[in-house]
Amino acid sequence: MEQILSFIGNNITYIYLIGLMIFVGIELISHVPSVLHTPLMSGANAIHGVVLIGAIIVLGKAEATDYFSIVVGFVGVFVGTLNVIGGFVVTDRMLEMFKKKPKGGNK
Amino acid sequence: MQHLLEICYLIGSFGFIIGLKLMGQPDSARKGNLIAAFGMAVAVFATLFLSKTGFQVIGNIGYILAAILLGTVVGTLMAKRVQMTAMPEMVSIFNGMGGLAAALISIIEWRNIEHEIIESNVAEMVANFGLPEGFTIVPMSHYLPIIAGLIIGTISFVGSIIAWGKLNGKIGDFRFAGQQFINAIVLIAIMAAAYMNYHHVNTLEAGTNVWFYVTMGLAIIYGLLFVFPIGGADMPVVISLLNSFTGVAAACGGFLYDNNVMLMGGVLVGSAGTILTVVMCKAMNRSLTNVLIGMAGSNSSSGGAAVSGNVREVQATDVAVMMKYASKVIIVPGYGLAVAQAQHVCHELENILTEEGVDVKYAIHPVAGRMPGHMNVLLAESNVEYDKLIEMEHINSEFPTTDVVLVVGANDVVNPAAKTDPTSPIYGMPILDVDQAKQIVVLKRSMKSGYAGIENALFFDPKCGMLFGDAKDSLQKLVNEVKAL
Repeated sequence: MEQILSFIGNNITYIYLIGLMIFVGIELISHVPSVLHTPLMSGANAIHGVVLIGAIIVLGKAEATDYFSIVVGFVGVFVGTLNVIGGFVVTDRMLEMFKKKPKGGNK
Repeated sequence: MQHLLEICYLIGSFGFIIGLKLMGQPDSARKGNLIAAFGMAVAVFATLFLSKTGFQVIGNIGYILAAILLGTVVGTLMAKRVQMTAMPEMVSIFNGMGGLAAALISIIEWRNIEHEIIESNVAEMVANFGLPEGFTIVPMSHYLPIIAGLIIGTISFVGSIIAWGKLNGKIGDFRFAGQQFINAIVLIAIMAAAYMNYHHVNTLEAGTNVWFYVTMGLAIIYGLLFVFPIGGADMPVVISLLNSFTGVAAACGGFLYDNNVMLMGGVLVGSAGTILTVVMCKAMNRSLTNVLIGMAGSNSSSGGAAVSGNVREVQATDVAVMMKYASKVIIVPGYGLAVAQAQHVCHELENILTEEGVDVKYAIHPVAGRMPGHMNVLLAESNVEYDKLIEMEHINSEFPTTDVVLVVGANDVVNPAAKTDPTSPIYGMPILDVDQAKQIVVLKRSMKSGYAGIENALFFDPKCGMLFGDAKDSLQKLVNEVKAL
């Protein structure tokens, strides 16, 4: 019990952050027309590519002789970039099609 | 310049939130995507060139830039070349890549921990002096994000690859009796292995510690078991769910590195993805729990009352006459339209009929195609007016006043069994009430059943005519016939 309480106490900012972000995420999606669900899923998909930053950090601190970390980290950065770039480009391609028809008043 | 890194991460996080917000409206969606991408770019560049103390280029910058460059080229090519119809597969692949990245980070970090323990001679020190009170070698707060990132990232990666294979038809359904039970066991085994690993490292047991890799192996197995039994119809739900998994895996990285932008982005996608999954489940009348334990999908091809009767086959000429002299036609596009790449010729037919003075609309079922909104994207690609695409709630009241409904490659979403037959696997799913219309024409390749694997009573309706053939060819014939009249 003591441990749990101190864990919460030490990480209170994180807990606030996570709690608020969860609500933000729910709010953002709840009121979206189903038309946009696929692009939105794709957009969210691109955003979790932020894991790329973790891959950069881990590769960045690998020792020059630590070939395992360098190789695995390299693959990590590569696939992370795929996620980010591919995700945003695919989303843009989908949304490009919606933009052509600005006079669509019926949402 | 100390806080520049944090400020960049702040910009990145806000970019994600604002971007996702704008993506929720058709008019601003594209701008939203660009803003999110901008936020990502700021965060990535900050990571490369800033440290917590100021300007400092990160180590191994050569390798990192090379990997980013390679990823950018390959990612752009993949994303640009993919057909609009194959979009869901593509999203699944990219999602898997994110999961893989998260898992790889955990693998390296775990190896670093093990090396540190060996190099710092902790074992020897503890053997001589004992473990100090309240001291753990690898604290839970450090261990948890690593192992959770590994487990969730691996499941997401393996699951996404299977989902990709299923969507493009390379992998079939595979299920066996007691699958849910096995899944639950594997899930518990993952937790147990993860704990054994924690225990092993903290008690400095002798011998090599294989538990980390056992955990990973079990996560791979779970990823396979998780997606294998689920039918194609539920794939969007699965991809959306795996999408939010990857978000959580990314958030674990945020914890590990005390990195706010990873944490914010990850949690945001985790929660947004979960809600999106729930919304999709609702539209398909499936409970998320059932999907989670691998029960969803076409598990009862025998379910539902048998339907019999005569199917009336019609010719393109007749259909053309019917439509030309109708005053109102509703087109119901389905997945068959997408696979046949018939969206352009469909739009052509719509144009010709409109010129003839026919009121043409599209009825879009929330889960038509392979993902919610997939149909809209396809039709928008062929320049169909946005306001001609009517969502289910709004169009259902219009069917009784409609002369001809043209069902193009859709099946389960127009099956009246969802309303009338409680034994049907799709019972309760909201459908388009096309059977209310005066005439129904179904364009279909064969009498084969849809994703749900059940017969469609609609096809035996006396008002319903079947026009067999590839959707694109059939539509082309209709276009020619209407022109010729």
